[in-house]
Amino acid sequence: MELLEIFVLIGGMAIVTYLPRQLPLVLLQNLKLSPALVRFMKFIPYAALAALIFPGVLSSTGARQEAAVAGTMIAVLLAYFELNLLLVVTGGIAGALLVILRFAY
Amino acid sequence: MNSKLNRTHFVEGLTAGIPIALGYIPIAVTFGLLARSADLPFYIPALMSFFVFAGASQFIGVNLLSLGVSHGEIILTTFILNLRHFLMSAAISQKIPESVSKAWRAVLAFGITDETFTIAALRQEESLSRYFVLGLNTIAFAAWNAGTWIGLFFSSGLPAVLQSSMGIALYAMFIGLLIPSCKQSRSALVVALLAASIHSLIRWLPVTASISGGWGIIFATLISAGIGAYLFTEEN
Repeated sequence: MELLEIFVLIGGMAIVTYLPRQLPLVLLQNLKLSPALVRFMKFIPYAALAALIFPGVLSSTGARQEAAVAGTMIAVLLAYFELNLLLVVTGGIAGALLVILRFAY
Repeated sequence: MNSKLNRTHFVEGLTAGIPIALGYIPIAVTFGLLARSADLPFYIPALMSFFVFAGASQFIGVNLLSLGVSHGEIILTTFILNLRHFLMSAAISQKIPESVSKAWRAVLAFGITDETFTIAALRQEESLSRYFVLGLNTIAFAAWNAGTWIGLFFSSGLPAVLQSSMGIALYAMFIGLLIPSCKQSRSALVVALLAASIHSLIRWLPVTASISGGWGIIFATLISAGIGAYLFTEEN
């Protein structure tokens, strides 16, 4: 592989990743959105979060799906009681880890 | 006085990003390891983490590179995979004060990932300090790059058991962000359930299973946020 080719590849990846991140932030600066569009924007985080979580979480621990399910259940429980985000994360990891260790022996 | 406040916001951003860092490091270590095992020169993954800064695309990029796929195709795949950030950036722009300059916006935009977006978007404040977002992006970027270098140069990395259980970290963070919002607002709950169901259908139905991961998330997000905006005309 030519060094130049590699730089063009990485540069290309960087540009096509950066543009979708940048354009709305810069272009929507002085734009007034209609109320319907504002409501739509308000729902984007919840919709995106849920789509990011499910079904991806099921394969988050590799082949150990039961570990993913256990970790998810603990995370949901801790999140329901609105504990600190770091606790939710460590709880989820611990849940998955325990199941993997349990099945390892 | 003002600069002191800016520093406070920056530190708040760094702190808010700790769960992201915790989730990024094992993934970035894996990325470094994978790139090494694919026999790529170390500067390729190192430059990718620095200039591209997008997890899934980098994994796929390195994988396709080692398979000898054309560079044009790798760039196209990256584009499709990251198009979803268009929606996230548009949503974040609603929370950045109008007075923040285009140059600042261009800098902040570089750090928009699924994870920094969700943290920033679900903050209680109506508008976010640019220093807060900068702090959030900085810790995420630093963790991602540090993890990549660890993976590249300390090949053993984390124990496999720990690594696979840490795969759940970012999902647990998403859960920790989403559930409290759903308790507060019924409309958020409905939209979230819709999005998860639509995304599952896209992934599991044989007709739509071939849709790429990037498009799947975009469609699920657009459709469910659209239904939400149509159904819930006032805040509840």
